Amino acid sequence: MRNMRPGERQDAGTGVGAVGRLRQTGRLQQLVSAAGSLIGLLALIVVLTVLSDNFLTVANLRNISVQAAVIAILAFGETYVIVAGGIDLSVGSVAGLAGIVMGWTFSNAGWPAGLAVLAGLVAGLLAGLVNALLIGFGRLPAFIATLAMLSMARGLALVISNGVPLGIPPWVSTLGSGAVGGLPYTTIVMLVALAITAFVLRLTYAGRAMYAIGGNSEAARLSGVRVRRQQFVIYGLSGLFAAAAGILLAGRLASAQPQAGTGYELDAIAAVVIGGASLSGGSGSALGTLIGALILGVLRNGLTLLNVSAFWQQFVIGAVIAVAVLLDTLRRRSVS
Amino acid sequence: MPPLLRMRGIAKRFRGVTALDDVDFDLQAGETHVLLGENGAGKSTLIKMLAGALEPDAGTIELDGKPVTIHSAQQANALGIGTVFQEFTLVPDLTVAENIYLGRPPRRFGVVDHRRMRRDAAVLLDRLGIVLDVDTVVGRLGVARRQLVEIAKALSHDVRILILDEPTAVLAGQEIGQLFALVRDLRASGVGIIFISHHLEEVARIGDRVTILRDGRKVGELPSSSSQDELIQLMVGRPIDQQYPRRTPEFGSALLQVEGLGRDGVFRDVSFEVRAGEVLGIGGLVGAGRTEVVRAVFGADRHQHGTVRVAGRVLRPGDPAAAEAAGLGLVPEDRAGQGLVLVLDVGENLGLATLGRSTRLGLVDRRGLRRRAAEIVQRLRIRTTGLDQVVGNLSGGNQQKVVIGKWLLADLKVLILDEPTRGIDVGAKVEIYQLMNDLTDAGNAVVMVSSEMPELLGMSDRILVMADGRIRGELSRAEADSERVMALAVLGAEGGGAEHAAR
Repeated sequence: MRNMRPGERQDAGTGVGAVGRLRQTGRLQQLVSAAGSLIGLLALIVVLTVLSDNFLTVANLRNISVQAAVIAILAFGETYVIVAGGIDLSVGSVAGLAGIVMGWTFSNAGWPAGLAVLAGLVAGLLAGLVNALLIGFGRLPAFIATLAMLSMARGLALVISNGVPLGIPPWVSTLGSGAVGGLPYTTIVMLVALAITAFVLRLTYAGRAMYAIGGNSEAARLSGVRVRRQQFVIYGLSGLFAAAAGILLAGRLASAQPQAGTGYELDAIAAVVIGGASLSGGSGSALGTLIGALILGVLRNGLTLLNVSAFWQQFVIGAVIAVAVLLDTLRRRSVS
Repeated sequence: MPPLLRMRGIAKRFRGVTALDDVDFDLQAGETHVLLGENGAGKSTLIKMLAGALEPDAGTIELDGKPVTIHSAQQANALGIGTVFQEFTLVPDLTVAENIYLGRPPRRFGVVDHRRMRRDAAVLLDRLGIVLDVDTVVGRLGVARRQLVEIAKALSHDVRILILDEPTAVLAGQEIGQLFALVRDLRASGVGIIFISHHLEEVARIGDRVTILRDGRKVGELPSSSSQDELIQLMVGRPIDQQYPRRTPEFGSALLQVEGLGRDGVFRDVSFEVRAGEVLGIGGLVGAGRTEVVRAVFGADRHQHGTVRVAGRVLRPGDPAAAEAAGLGLVPEDRAGQGLVLVLDVGENLGLATLGRSTRLGLVDRRGLRRRAAEIVQRLRIRTTGLDQVVGNLSGGNQQKVVIGKWLLADLKVLILDEPTRGIDVGAKVEIYQLMNDLTDAGNAVVMVSSEMPELLGMSDRILVMADGRIRGELSRAEADSERVMALAVLGAEGGGAEHAAR
């Protein structure tokens, strides 16, 4: 057996010992990445608890989880896309469109509530599939395709609703505001979305393909992954999750607003990135994204409790995004 | 007179691992000093200290007898040290001229003076004997020409010491000759050249002296006329009995049949078959269309004419997934760009080609994938800290084993290897040749594109020579020698040129 080979590339260890030590660097690195943002979240909570008496109360925490839920669900959808090396700018508009489609089919077309909700979800799915079509077969950059969808979906929402809020099924309103055993329905939906995302990313073909495509789409293609076909799964899931978030948002507002979700895509992307995903693709996790969304939610809530003006809130959130990604970049650099 | 460069007692450790230990190295003006060693021996670490990318933990560096410390690439440039690294540093979207003067274009009234930049670049290329249009976008150039642009870029500074890190790894015969002529000219003009290489036959051709590193230590400094056996023994610390251990089994039926394959303007009339147990080599100059043909066979690119059959089944053109399902695998020329997902771990990369067949009802059998990957790691002796090590951190030879291992897991009939040992050290090379033997022993077929003549001659049972997008000849193992291969590769190209002129 040869000596350990020191050198410019880490080349230590031997094939014989390798198998016995299966679970190391990669998994560990992911854990550390999620742990980094988790430490940030906990630190934030400690600081806000000290600064405000109203922060660490059951009512307020419930409040935060409800407020963060819509962004978190949008961000879960965005996670698939970012892991696969893409970007989806349309999620906020698609959420708005899904709410409007549900509202219109229910209150104007007189569809049953269940069918109206389904129509909203299908609208989101279709928007995602159109994105995939433009990207996979039209060869448009994801940024451009989804920017176009951002505008088209918002336009459609305005056309369908004629610019006025629409009524929604009563149980959707209950979903947006009610709770069972002290746990808001919204929070439950968010946790279900978390579980689905973790499941898809870790255990399904589509999920593993997303990491490979995001890491190197050409290597994935030359290994037999049908990259263009996978775009439909990736952007379809993003659209579907956006629609779910949009329906939940309508429930919270107790009506479908044509302008609902405007600008939410940026919060969703921020949550994914704060959660440790790289915009160049190939990394990211469901748990990380949840933590990212909670950091944004806790920060908004805490700043409001501290009577920081809405103007300054915008500034602080921007600064936090920059610092979070900066820390993550520094950490990555020190690891490699 | 003190030497141009003197390094004394250089040491470097990375997180507890010794990369260099008490290494001495010196260089005279007008000398080519070859630095030889396997991957991981410490060659790159040593030159990174001269390029300003790393600083030694111990030891001194002197230029003209004066001690210097080199903190940055800019400082290295100012001291007259130019480096051409293995990894390309060119911007694909910019032109040749823009790349050469990247970051410091000639300016006039604060605006880039494009005319002067293009003129300066043209003068520089002309002086170096490189025939290239300065307005060509670099992304359109093949790897060989990009290499020449890299060298021109390094020499656009006032250089007294030129470091070339495996410059011939991506070049074929003709271009290597051109590069060596350039190196000799520079040497004659008094430049000191440090030449890093894996290719033993280059040592005598280009070097004056050769220093050999192994495991971070200097194990020898010899005149470049030393025998190859002596050099190999020093490099690997043991004699390698056989560099090309080809074991030819009985051939079976045809596994891959290619008929009349063509893509307009790139290649045409390409027909061949490969039988079970056979290694078919494809030789020729860079740009002859070899890579284009094997990519089309695999379906990485589309072709317009002809058919590809694997074990009798016709493949759909331009569909790698169909090729994979039919039992065809491709180990591409560009390992990092096309063979691996560098940010993912060893296990994930090994499982990539078999992801589909390890999936039931959309769910991946991850445990099975990891288990099979672990077996491959052992079988191929991939040196890694574990399946969870990120592939980008492995050495070149081990990375290549991962790409090959990915296909061994698939239900493979024919494996296409495009430049399988490029940038890989001697020890790992032999292991890859043994893998080719194992594959053919098991009744599979191998197609190997290679620009390395000894490898092509040593490992192929039969050789096709391509030039100008066509097959120009076929040689059996018995009749093949380097003159015959080169004659077909070069004569073919000239014949093709005449044909074009006639049309």
